[in-house]
Amino acid sequence: MAADTHADEDFDTLTGWGRTAPTLARVIRPRTYEEAAAAVRACGARGSIARGLGRAYGDAAQNAGGAVLDMTGLARIRAVDAEAGLVVCDAGVSLHRLMEALLPLGWFVPVTPGTRYVTVGGALGADIHGKNHHVSGSFSRHVVSLDLLTADGELRTVVPGTPLFEATAGGMGLTGVILSVTLRLLPVETSLMSVDTERARDLDDLMARLTEGDHRYRYSVAWIDLLARGASTGRAVLTRGDHAPYDALPVRARRARRSPLAFRPGQLPAAPAYVPEGLLGRTGVSLFNELWYRKAPRRSTGRLQRLSSFFHPLDGVPHWNRLYGRGGFVQYQFVVGYGQEETLRRVVRRIASRGCPSFLAVLKRFGEADPGWLSFPLPGWTLALDIPASLSGLGAFLDELDEEVVAAGGRVYLAKDSRLRPELLAAMYPRLADFRELRAALDPRSVFVSDLARRLDL
Amino acid sequence: MKDAFGAPQSLLVLGGTSEIGLATARRLIARRTRTVWLAGRPSPALTAAAESLRALGAEVHTVPFDALDTESHEERLGKLFTEGDIDMVLLAFGVLGDQARDEADPLAAVRVAQTNYTGAVSAGLVCAQALQAQGHGSLVVLSSVAGERARRANFIYGSSKAGLDAFAQGLGDALHGTGVHVMVVRPGFVRSKMTEGLAEAPLATTPEAVATAIELGLRRRSETVWVPGTLRMVMAALRHVPRPLFRRLPV
Repeated sequence: MAADTHADEDFDTLTGWGRTAPTLARVIRPRTYEEAAAAVRACGARGSIARGLGRAYGDAAQNAGGAVLDMTGLARIRAVDAEAGLVVCDAGVSLHRLMEALLPLGWFVPVTPGTRYVTVGGALGADIHGKNHHVSGSFSRHVVSLDLLTADGELRTVVPGTPLFEATAGGMGLTGVILSVTLRLLPVETSLMSVDTERARDLDDLMARLTEGDHRYRYSVAWIDLLARGASTGRAVLTRGDHAPYDALPVRARRARRSPLAFRPGQLPAAPAYVPEGLLGRTGVSLFNELWYRKAPRRSTGRLQRLSSFFHPLDGVPHWNRLYGRGGFVQYQFVVGYGQEETLRRVVRRIASRGCPSFLAVLKRFGEADPGWLSFPLPGWTLALDIPASLSGLGAFLDELDEEVVAAGGRVYLAKDSRLRPELLAAMYPRLADFRELRAALDPRSVFVSDLARRLDL
Repeated sequence: MKDAFGAPQSLLVLGGTSEIGLATARRLIARRTRTVWLAGRPSPALTAAAESLRALGAEVHTVPFDALDTESHEERLGKLFTEGDIDMVLLAFGVLGDQARDEADPLAAVRVAQTNYTGAVSAGLVCAQALQAQGHGSLVVLSSVAGERARRANFIYGSSKAGLDAFAQGLGDALHGTGVHVMVVRPGFVRSKMTEGLAEAPLATTPEAVATAIELGLRRRSETVWVPGTLRMVMAALRHVPRPLFRRLPV
């Protein structure tokens, strides 16, 4: 190979997964740590930000007029310790790739969000959580160490318990470029899940069931029908479970017994590139919700399900974000602490009575807070929903919900945000001042910057 | 930065005393806009306009700007962009002129053309360049329904807006894919200082209605906005009316 030390680059209009607020950036694709360092050194006045698979909903991995480091080329799994359950990998490795490589060895990623198509760097930058937060905490809780390329061009090894680690976990890529991560894994016996499903007839019933039963399950989540009104406001389907042990596989499931750790994600055709606006309008979504609720068994226990359909049902439809049409969509996710159930009830009622067409509304309980200064989870209730951005008056409506959330001591999730009023940020994230101070000292020239950072003045 | 609904956090109004410009600024301040630059000829009206927006809670600066002094545009406007991103530029200056007088006084007619067209070409290009360098932002250009087809009653003004409209459309195409969005706004007859004492045309509208349409256009990332929206259909028909007939229409 020729002595080519320059990473590929071109100009591209980028958006987040919600496809709103496009901006132009110079996209650089480093293939080595040296190329990444060179790109950061030469990024120019408008700075740079790392980007993975573009699953953050808003503008966290965009940098208008500046450089964006596409990290997906840095995707080597460097070492696996199958005895101790540790993996060392580049930041651009996706959780999908990790599952492919590690499941046959009997190990699973400790925390996975609703999609496998996030990179390890992105998972740590957003300090993602999964259905097991009440037991396992967020992603950073399982990181043993990480290598960070900082604004001065240095490569630092960062370990938990240090300010730089706590600023980087959930720091949205603004402390530097995460180059590699050492991750502690979870042992599993099979690639199947043992799942219990039940229906809740309204929000109070749902909250009671979650409160009573969550500690018995590693994974727990509830899908809520936010278009149901009146007495059935907040009706939901609860899905909870754990990794199925080998003994739980039925004798007649010969294929599964022969290769219990095979990873078999299904795939449906991709969503078409053009979808007419309003397909996911009130009528369509309300029909979908009705069917989804009715389809769920009133109660079923110990049903075996593939990992992919339990954790990542939407990954089966590539580009599902196109279903919202050209106008894109916003995802609203907030958390309020235990004791603030009244706020949760009020917000759910307001969403239901306004008729926001959301077919993906999810409620779950968080466990202990994580140490990351800008990490999202708090011990409490978190609700996430998708809404088409073209819905009239949506911006003002979500601003009102923010007021309720902040008054209850809650916060919204930065990895999903694309519209928060900047004034509310400090109240939602009390460690924001520490974060800003550390960034000012570590990166005085703002080498690392993103549209999110500009919009919220992070 | 703009949010998911296209609401800008910072705004530059070229023509800082324009009623449509100020109505738009008020509307955007009610959403996300916190910083406003009002560019115009220094005058008590400009100071008062800034004061009225400050009262709404925005940080407002005034900038001396004269559409006719095209030499100064690059320096005056370019400088603003070095102090921070500007998410939206509203090109709102323009003069109506007095058709009867301007027909008799070619120099007066030239002034209308220079303000509405030449001044806009210069200021528009300076801002477009800066927006392109920052990789995002909207340039909203106030054209007019009068530019869609020249009318006997105001063809001097109309022709200047026709030129501006064509310029803005071309600029929008040139900037396609750069992250910068150019939106052409074509209001019909707007009840304002500019049209005081004139006979009202059908489908007359207000500065507030234009501001509402601009906010919606930003959210939808529209390229062309008619105010009111029905004008789009009306003009689609009027455009094809034969001239002998068009001359006699009471429009």
